[in-house]
This record gives sequence, C-alpha cells and structure tokens, in this order.
Amino acid sequence: MTLSRITVRGLSFSHGSRLILNGLDLQLTTGCVTAVLGPNGAGKSTLLSCVTGLLQPDAGSVLLDDQSLTNIPPAARARRIAFLPQTPEIAWAVDVATLVSLGRIPFRGQCSDAQNQAAVEQAMQLTDVAQWRDRSVHTLSGGERARVLLARVLAGESDWVLADEPFTGLDPVHQFEAAELLRSVATRGGGVVLTIHDLTLAARIADRIIILNDGVVVADGTPREALTPDMLRAVYKIETQWLDDAGTGTPTIVIHGRCR
Amino acid sequence: MTRRWLLPTLIGSMLLLTLGSICIGRITIDWQLWSQQDAISRVILMELRLPRALLGLLVGAGLGLAGAAMQGYLRNPLAEPGTLGVSACAALGAVMSIFFGIAGLHPWVLPLCGVAGALLAMSALVALAGFNASVLTLVLSGIVLGSIAIAGISLMLSLSPSPWAAGEIIRWMLGALTDRSFDELMIAAPFMLIGGVVILGCARALDALTLGEAGARSLGIDLTRTQWQLAVGIGLLVGASTAVTGVIGFVGLMVPHLLRPIVGARPGALLIPSALGGACLVLAGDIIVRILPGGSELELGVVMSLVGAPFFFLLLHSMRRKLS
Repeated sequence: MTLSRITVRGLSFSHGSRLILNGLDLQLTTGCVTAVLGPNGAGKSTLLSCVTGLLQPDAGSVLLDDQSLTNIPPAARARRIAFLPQTPEIAWAVDVATLVSLGRIPFRGQCSDAQNQAAVEQAMQLTDVAQWRDRSVHTLSGGERARVLLARVLAGESDWVLADEPFTGLDPVHQFEAAELLRSVATRGGGVVLTIHDLTLAARIADRIIILNDGVVVADGTPREALTPDMLRAVYKIETQWLDDAGTGTPTIVIHGRCR
Repeated sequence: MTRRWLLPTLIGSMLLLTLGSICIGRITIDWQLWSQQDAISRVILMELRLPRALLGLLVGAGLGLAGAAMQGYLRNPLAEPGTLGVSACAALGAVMSIFFGIAGLHPWVLPLCGVAGALLAMSALVALAGFNASVLTLVLSGIVLGSIAIAGISLMLSLSPSPWAAGEIIRWMLGALTDRSFDELMIAAPFMLIGGVVILGCARALDALTLGEAGARSLGIDLTRTQWQLAVGIGLLVGASTAVTGVIGFVGLMVPHLLRPIVGARPGALLIPSALGGACLVLAGDIIVRILPGGSELELGVVMSLVGAPFFFLLLHSMRRKLS
C-alpha cells in the first residue's frame, strides 16, 4: 500500500446549539493504529463520521491526500476509506458470505467478479468466518457477528479502516482477536483509526493516542505520552496507574477510582 | 428449488401462464377458423385475450418489482408499493374522470387521468417530504397522501351523480384485467418500462441498505438520489398499473416474501425474480377468476385480497413468533 494521509483542518461541527467539534486540526497517516479516546460526548464518533464523509462539518475541511473529501465522488471515497459504524445494522437475514461481499459494493463495475470474490474470500479467511459462509447472520452470536462485520470492512481492501468502538460487546478473546486484525491492517501499510473506551486495550494496540474533550484535542502522542495519570485525571476525573509486565513490558492501566 | 433453477422456472411458468391466459376462458378458441379475418375466435383472441394476458404480465411484473424495491428500501418485509400513497392517488385520478363524466369521452381518458394522479402524487411527495427527507418523513408523507386520496374517493362515491357512476367507480376500484384493450397496454407500458429500468438501477443501493443508512452511505451510496430514484420508479410503475387495472393489492407484498427463502434476502437479487413472480401470480389469478364457477366473473383485485389478507396475517404471525 502507498503512504496516505488524512488532514483535518479547523473542523467544527455542532448539533443544534451544542458545539461538538471545535476547530480540530489533525493529521493521520497510514501504517499505524490511531486510537481516539475521550469521555462520552467528547466528539469521537462525530470526528470519525466527518472523516468518513458521512457528516458535513459546519466549518473546516477534511483532506484525503491533499484532495478535499467533498470533491471526491462517494464511491471513490468508499474505495479508499472503509467505515465500521458503532451500532451496525443488519436488516435482512443474509448469509455470511453475502454480508461480507457488501464490502465490495464500491468496487462493482470497477473490479472483475473474480477479483471481488477473491477479496471476499481473503477477508473471510483473515477473520476466520469462512466456516459460517452459508449461515444466516441472524443466527450468529454477538461476537461472531462482530467478526463478520469486520470481515465486511476488510473485504474493501481500502487504505483506511475507521472503526467506531469496534470492541463493544466482544468478550476478551474476541477483543484481542479483533485488535490483532486491525493491527495487521496497519502492519500491511493501511491506516486504522478507531474510537475506544478501554484504556489498557488502547495502550496495547495503538501506536498513537488522540484524546478529545469537549470537542478539542487535549492530548496527542504515543500511549505513554498521552495516557498519563495527570491527563486521565483531567479528562475522566479518575486516578490511574501504569503497570508494566516485568517480562514483556505489556502495559496495564489500573483505575483506582474517582478523583477526590 | 435451488437459486440456479429459479429464473428458468419463473420464466417458463410465466410463458406457460401467458399461453394459458390466451387459451383459457368461457369460450373455447376455435383454431381451425383462425385464418378467417372476421372469425369470432380471432376477435376474442386479438381484441380481448391477448391484451389482457400482456397487461396481466406487465402489471404483475411491475407490482412484484415495486414491492421488492419498497421492502428493500424500507428494510421491512411488511412494506408494499402502496406505502407511498401513489396508487391511491392514481385511483383518485381515475375515479375523478368517472365522477365528472369525462371517462366516456375517449378510452384513453380514464387511464391518463390515473397516470396524471400518480405523477401529481409524486410531485406532492417531494413538496411534503422535502428533497432531503428521511425514510420516516417520506413514509409519513406517503400515508398522508394515501389518506387524502382515499378521502377523495369516498367523497366522489358519496356525491356520485348516478347509481351507474357509483357502480362504475366501485367496479373499477376492485381491480381487474377484464375488457382491457391494447389502448390500456399502450398507455401503461412506456411509464412502466421507464419505472422498471429506474428501479433496477437501484439494486446496488438496496443491497447496501442491508447495513442501514450509515452503512450504505459509508459504501458510497447517495441516499437522497436513491430515495427519489425509487419514488419516481415506484410511482411510475404503480401509478400506471393502477391507472389501467384499478387497485390490485398484495402482489407486491406476497411475491418478494415467497421468493426470499429461495433467492436469499439480498434486496438487489430479489428484484428480477420478484418481477417474474409478480407476473406469474397476476396471470394465475386472472386465469382463476375466469374458470371459477358462477354467473359473473369475480374481480382479480378481490381474489388477490382474499389470498393476500390471510397471507399478511400468517406473515405477521411468523414475525411475532420469531421476535418472541
């Protein structure tokens, strides 16, 4: 994959009289996992929706490799940026293979049927959902369904994968597996931007952490630079402590409680 | 039946039923007198049965296609083409032509008034819902339009100038293919063909809507365009078919639901099979009304409602069972 970047300039978005994003400036690059954190209502999902082109900002712009997102036709944009919404809807009891193939919709007419089918097969293999190919998605458990939806996103083979709270509802094993899959996208040169609430998981999987509070960026850096006890106290009003595994150095962020 | 055999089976059934619709009736066609220009069999065949069979095929295909598109768009198996109120407005247009006594001026007047009613309904839908309407606003606007049209039809019936006019309105409202000629076919076909092509162009968007509105938009689908493409397509299909045959309900509801277990639930894949299935259902229904014993022929719309209403009940019952 070629290096790509998303530039966010002066992005503002309000819902009624409430300002959700307040003049955000960011630059996102491929090849790394970026986790966006912040309390509920901080503007994380809105940021992702603006970057995906689902929401039109009130002010500012989003550029994909120096081209304004508004100037890119929707199908071309969808071929570059895949998006996994926070509460994905599956309206019909389609089988797993059909659902995964929906990720190739932006490529219909652009790629051959064989290419589309190969991408679907590869995404199903990567997420280990090929075994359920003929099963109705409505018969899957929450964790299984999340994997199938992730396969749908990966089938797009896009430069960017944006996922809004992709680990919600997953048990620890599946959280770990989903995190590994997203990590592998970045390893292959893609860009991953996700919103997340679990501080430890964020510290373990992300290369870069962006913390939003009241619509502005309050921290931006590596997990160790951004998720400091002082920052978490200021943003979440909680007392935390970093613990590193003596052998592997894997971090755990322990929450001791609310600030007094 | 497997998916592979479905389309050949549906096409074969449709051709057989078309042939059946031409051959079956209270009068047996005498093929030996076929060469005589004025033979009664030839007149029955060319003036009555052939246009009736072709109109049944066209209207059935249109209603099946519109039903599959509507269910796919609203992500609801209980949705049907009448949900947007266009068919009720087409019926109002046609009823007005009977009420004001202009339907008798020329055979084209009644169906053209029906088509005009459907086109006006589509414009009213844009005005009521706004161009960037949500699904909910669009459906609510359709319900408002449909209610106004039904109120108008009731008013026409109550103020009907003569028992004959009232009888004509009621008979027309029941929906039938009886006594339709090539004129009706010529009026409806262009609108319905355009509507059909417009709807088939939405297959990709309907597939994407399986993932909800946010999911579809993230896949590069312009939902505003899709919405109005579907409104125009369904308006043309349902409006033109209602204008020439009256109200034939439940076809658009039943056909996609019957085919979904075989075709699969992907909405785009259901469109063409539903059109073929709709044609088969209407042709079969029209043959049944002809061969049923009794003094007078039962209207097709009545038969469809007699079959469709219990089907609707069973559908609701199975959905409730699944939910519980």
